[in-house]
Amino acid sequence: QDLSLPNGTPVDTSSPASSSSLLNRLQLDDDLDGETRDLFVTVDDPKKHVCTMETYITYRVTTKTTRAEFDLPEYSVRRRYQDFDWLKNKLEESQPTHLIPPLPEKFVVKGVVDRFSEEFVETRRKALDKFLKRITDHPVLSFNEHFNVFLTAKDLNAYKKQGMALLSKMGESVKYVTGGYKLRSRPLEFAAIGEYLDTFSLKLGTIDRIAQRIIKEQLEYLVELREYGPVYSTWGGLEVELSEPLEGVSACIGNCCTALEELSEDMTEDFLPVLREYILYSESMKNVLKKRDQVQAEYEAKLEAVALKKEDRPKVPTDVEKCQDRVECFNADLKADMERWQNNKRQDFRQLLMGMADKNIQYYEKCLTAWESIIPLLQDKPETK
Amino acid sequence: MEDCLAKKMEITVSEAEKRTGRNAMNMQETYTAYLIETRAVESQSEGQCAPVDSLWRRYSEFELLRNYLSVTYPHIVVPPLPEKRADFVWHKLSADNMDPDFVERRRIGLENFLLRVASHPVLCQDKIFYSFLTQEGGWKEMVNETGFQLKADSRLKALNATFRVKNPDKRFTELKHYSDELQSVISHLLRVRARVADRLYGVYKVHGNYGRVFSEWSAIEKEMGDGLQSAGHHMDVYAASIDDILEEEEHYADQLKEYLFYAEALRAVCRKHELMQYDLEMAAQDLTSKKQQCEELATGTVRTFSLKGMTSKLFGQETPEQREAKIKVLEEQIQEGEEQLKAKNLEGRDFVKSAWADIERFKEQKNHDLKEALISYAVMQISMCKKGIQVWTNAKECFSKM
Repeated sequence: QDLSLPNGTPVDTSSPASSSSLLNRLQLDDDLDGETRDLFVTVDDPKKHVCTMETYITYRVTTKTTRAEFDLPEYSVRRRYQDFDWLKNKLEESQPTHLIPPLPEKFVVKGVVDRFSEEFVETRRKALDKFLKRITDHPVLSFNEHFNVFLTAKDLNAYKKQGMALLSKMGESVKYVTGGYKLRSRPLEFAAIGEYLDTFSLKLGTIDRIAQRIIKEQLEYLVELREYGPVYSTWGGLEVELSEPLEGVSACIGNCCTALEELSEDMTEDFLPVLREYILYSESMKNVLKKRDQVQAEYEAKLEAVALKKEDRPKVPTDVEKCQDRVECFNADLKADMERWQNNKRQDFRQLLMGMADKNIQYYEKCLTAWESIIPLLQDKPETK
Repeated sequence: MEDCLAKKMEITVSEAEKRTGRNAMNMQETYTAYLIETRAVESQSEGQCAPVDSLWRRYSEFELLRNYLSVTYPHIVVPPLPEKRADFVWHKLSADNMDPDFVERRRIGLENFLLRVASHPVLCQDKIFYSFLTQEGGWKEMVNETGFQLKADSRLKALNATFRVKNPDKRFTELKHYSDELQSVISHLLRVRARVADRLYGVYKVHGNYGRVFSEWSAIEKEMGDGLQSAGHHMDVYAASIDDILEEEEHYADQLKEYLFYAEALRAVCRKHELMQYDLEMAAQDLTSKKQQCEELATGTVRTFSLKGMTSKLFGQETPEQREAKIKVLEEQIQEGEEQLKAKNLEGRDFVKSAWADIERFKEQKNHDLKEALISYAVMQISMCKKGIQVWTNAKECFSKM
């Protein structure tokens, strides 16, 4: 495979791992703003398909690009959830040193959640869109062959079947996950990452529970408000001069109810899913850390075996060298991905929390408008009879 | 209202104090005493302030005063006392009579009661009321000496007993119906409002948990740390703000409660009319039957069945002298009855006139007061919304610095 940097410089491809990590580290300095971006992917237009065997949703995946790796400048294909899931698995297999973005949960409890409700489909669409955008933004993952096929192939299923045979092809599935080796001690910097992720996902879990609790309390408050407003109306029916003011208060409370309903809906649909996404992201990263540990453990074990052989010229055999290479590349990839992830996380949470604050501000502004508008009505003096 | 007492005298219930004493059964009890302070409103030009008079009264004495006023002025919608026991409470509010917040709200309610009476054109002139404000010792005896308990119509207490009145004043019937409905709707409103307050409290307080977790989270972050920490502080402020908000709302609830109890007073006036009308109709009926009896005795015809008629048939006719005597007695009773009926009619008409005048006054007061209450409630809501916007705007700014 001929890899070249975006500026055209060819890259030494003696080891596929080293070339991709080089790219990874170089791209880190490059600020991916609109000018340097050459690949845009969007997920939209969900559609329900009813077949004899099953009913499912497909989403339209649109790609716009100037990259040479793509034959055409534009593509539009339809994909369903299991296609996304396939892509994720393929990426994890073929790019084991990298952090693959999370997908929304695969299984939904039937009867509890309506898989075909507008809210559920929209929430899922947003998550799938995020998933692809994160891959698009990644300097290594975005060049992945499976990703390319996912975005472009008319018949993805054919490719999937073909992919079984392609597994043995070199350059793709370097078996990183060796298994069976135990790491003695994780290097300090990776241990720190691990600890950070543990605490991070714990805190996110707590925030998720708090947010859910708030939504629950708000809905219970809403139930009471819904009974409260109409009582003013009933009272208004008894009165003459106070009739209009009381009706006004009743209507006002009704408006506040609507505003509160909107706030709770927004929090459920926009806030909670993103929190959960990041918890999944932490889990993915922890798995990548574990894989890294495996690779290091393998290297250390093999190195030890060589040292025990006691030869005159302790020649490091090539496969141990390769192991060392793998460890170094993995470490570099992981650190680069972690830094990128930290940056994106900061931006995502900044946006998420600002959004939460915004929604609350909007709720209070709606209520404020409602109450301010009835003050003149309440102060109005009726004509003397 | 030119001559009303409220204009001539400043009245406040300024303090409340816990006391222990012995009750009628010589058992020790704890109660709260309230300090009533009065001061004549002098022209301030001399720069001199009149001296303040003060005396202590307990709730039961206020009750005695009100009972006296209700009986003595049955045609007046007498201002109600604040509730005896804490009702319509939401969970954080105590139902304990000794609770300082309850005592404080009761103090305000008692002051309000005195001011209401002092500004009423009729009630403010009452001597017993004046003594209540100014004479510490011997007031209880003075009230009991008026003998008002004897005047009290025990039937007024039997709220649900129906008296079949043939010709009530339609206005009073409608008004009684209205007062029943008003009581029902305000009770419902107060109950739901208490539940609303409970739930709102829960929503605000849970946000306080954000404060804690943001703080913990900020400890492991580098760039995000400061923004998270300061935002968390604003969440704490938000959670704490609900206490003052709901305390203020209790004043609104108290204003509603006053009119809940006023509805009872209104009903009592209607009831009084009903009873008077009933008595009137009973008296008229009695007079008619006596007249009829007289006529039958005089003419000898028995038109209606009567036990006397039957017995005389069975046991023989009475002598003409006996008959004459009976007729004379009846004629006397008829004359008395006619005079009484005349007086009752007059009384009834006077009652309707003066009661209706006070009812009109009350209606205007009610419309004015409740409008003011609704306005102040709206203002409270506006203030709460503005506070909410402020806190979340501050939090948003902290998040933007992440």
